[in-house]
Amino acid sequence: MKENHPDIPTMTSLPMRVFRFYRDGFRSMTIGRRLWLLILIKLFIIFFIFKIFFFPDILRRDYDNDRDRAAAVRSSLLDRR
Amino acid sequence: MNDLMSVVDWSRAQFALTAMYHWLFVPLTLGLSVIVGIMETIYFKTRSEKWLVITKFWMTLFGINFAMGVATGIILEFEFGTNWSNYSWFVGDIFGAPLAIEGLLAFFMEATFVAIMFFGWKKVSPGFHLASTWLTALGASISALWILVANAWMQYPVGMEFDPAQMRNVMDDFWAVAFSPVAIHKFLHAVFDGWVLAAVFVIGVSAWFLLKNTRRDLALKSIKVSGWVGIVGMILTLWSGDGSAVDVARVQPMKLAAMEGLYDGGRDQEIVGIGILDPSKERTDDKDPYLFKIAIPYGLSFLATHDIHGFVPGINDLIDGREITADGDTVKTVSYAERIAMGKQAHEALRAFDRAMTAGDEEAMESARADLKASYPYFGYGYLDSVDEAVPPVGMTFYSFHIMVIFGGYLFLFLILAVYAVYRRPLWWNHKSLLWTSILSVAVVWICSQAGWVTAEVGRQPWIIEGLMPTRAAVSAVSTGSVQLTFWMFAVVFTCLLAAEAVIMIRFIGKESNTTDIDDKQAVDNTEY
Repeated sequence: MKENHPDIPTMTSLPMRVFRFYRDGFRSMTIGRRLWLLILIKLFIIFFIFKIFFFPDILRRDYDNDRDRAAAVRSSLLDRR
Repeated sequence: MNDLMSVVDWSRAQFALTAMYHWLFVPLTLGLSVIVGIMETIYFKTRSEKWLVITKFWMTLFGINFAMGVATGIILEFEFGTNWSNYSWFVGDIFGAPLAIEGLLAFFMEATFVAIMFFGWKKVSPGFHLASTWLTALGASISALWILVANAWMQYPVGMEFDPAQMRNVMDDFWAVAFSPVAIHKFLHAVFDGWVLAAVFVIGVSAWFLLKNTRRDLALKSIKVSGWVGIVGMILTLWSGDGSAVDVARVQPMKLAAMEGLYDGGRDQEIVGIGILDPSKERTDDKDPYLFKIAIPYGLSFLATHDIHGFVPGINDLIDGREITADGDTVKTVSYAERIAMGKQAHEALRAFDRAMTAGDEEAMESARADLKASYPYFGYGYLDSVDEAVPPVGMTFYSFHIMVIFGGYLFLFLILAVYAVYRRPLWWNHKSLLWTSILSVAVVWICSQAGWVTAEVGRQPWIIEGLMPTRAAVSAVSTGSVQLTFWMFAVVFTCLLAAEAVIMIRFIGKESNTTDIDDKQAVDNTEY
């Protein structure tokens, strides 16, 4: 089996160490696991249900460019009483 | 008009619900991160296992609260795009840039250093870990800064020029926005409020341990640290609150008048310490605004102007455009009727610009642009049909302000008592009356903190941007039904999540309070995250 040349960096590079740090940390959690489950549920509801189905960006959805959006806002503000 | 007001009211209610929900967690993050930083610093200096146990306990509670607060703020940004599209377009990058910075900072800085806080105890050096704890605290505060810069701009719009072609306020002076005195005072006031809240939370939880007669060493040491953080935080809250009051007197005098229920102002103005408003009082009648009050002479003049003889305008003075100088002369300022007239001129100028732009008439566009620029500071007044529309809800503003001040005064005394007792009268911490007072004070500090925001945001009505845009002009053309639906969805989902997360926190505290005295090394080894 080929041995690594001493000048060639091993797989314990910084990105790998960071990855292992987070991986080992998450694996060792207890209370944190339940909290993370709630966080993931919350994020799913917020981004994949609320945002997609109930919170569109109205101006981006209804108008194709900034000139039309500005015109819509101008019209709305001048007609709004 | 009725449909519009329903959309406005439900949109406001939704934003208030989600903002107040978000603010349940933020101040505890801001303050508890500092308290944990101090505790870990003590551990770092002494290398005492006792302080490691204490640090890890409160760090776990910090983590639970942090998790509970995750993503509660992002909902507010969604609402800008859906319910408040006119507003979100109108403010342009002035709002967008600070919120983007806040989001990036929150994610990268806190996510990095929070991970080291919880995962790094045996993987990084004690010094690096301590630095990470303090950088988490710093990251949380810097995140808060940018949100408060954005909110401060709503109260005091500066550093921008309105472009009628884009229909946006274009930032032309970043430093004026970022270092507006309103922003600085708001930021400091919010952060130090967090220190007070966290201190009272720590004392309350510690009192629970003492009530259960367990973990006494942890409890008493925690009270010592948090008590001092609370007292320092309260002094700085008062100092920054004073700064905010001077700002409000200068740039939002109608808000200050509403905060005090002051209809007819003057020099040597008293401040109401405790009072009950007469709900039947109308602006134009001669009735006394108060059914009952205990006032402090010269207090409001001093608070607003730092001069006990300073002139503080009441609601009617502002509407009529009346000011009293230091020499006692009555001078005329811009009345609200005049502001409304100038606001309508601004709207006409914008219409003229629109017509000229459609016709491609550059000269007419420039003329209209100049007219608009001259009257733009009163653009929002052009929406008002009567001067009374410019008055915020006096009752809610008055009571929320006084709840904040009275509860804040109580908390200051409580913190002084707590610190005095823990150093000089430790046996007092065996008395159930003090212990239950401490526990119940946790609710008081949260109510106080929320009341401050109610004062700030209800007091600025009818404006969403002071003087430039009333709240009712800011909403999107969406149906009332859709806003109602999402309001109730939030209410149900957030309440369920809050309950689930609160159960985790309460169970953790309960489990720790049922733990008998164990040696510190075992306590450290048993620490769960």
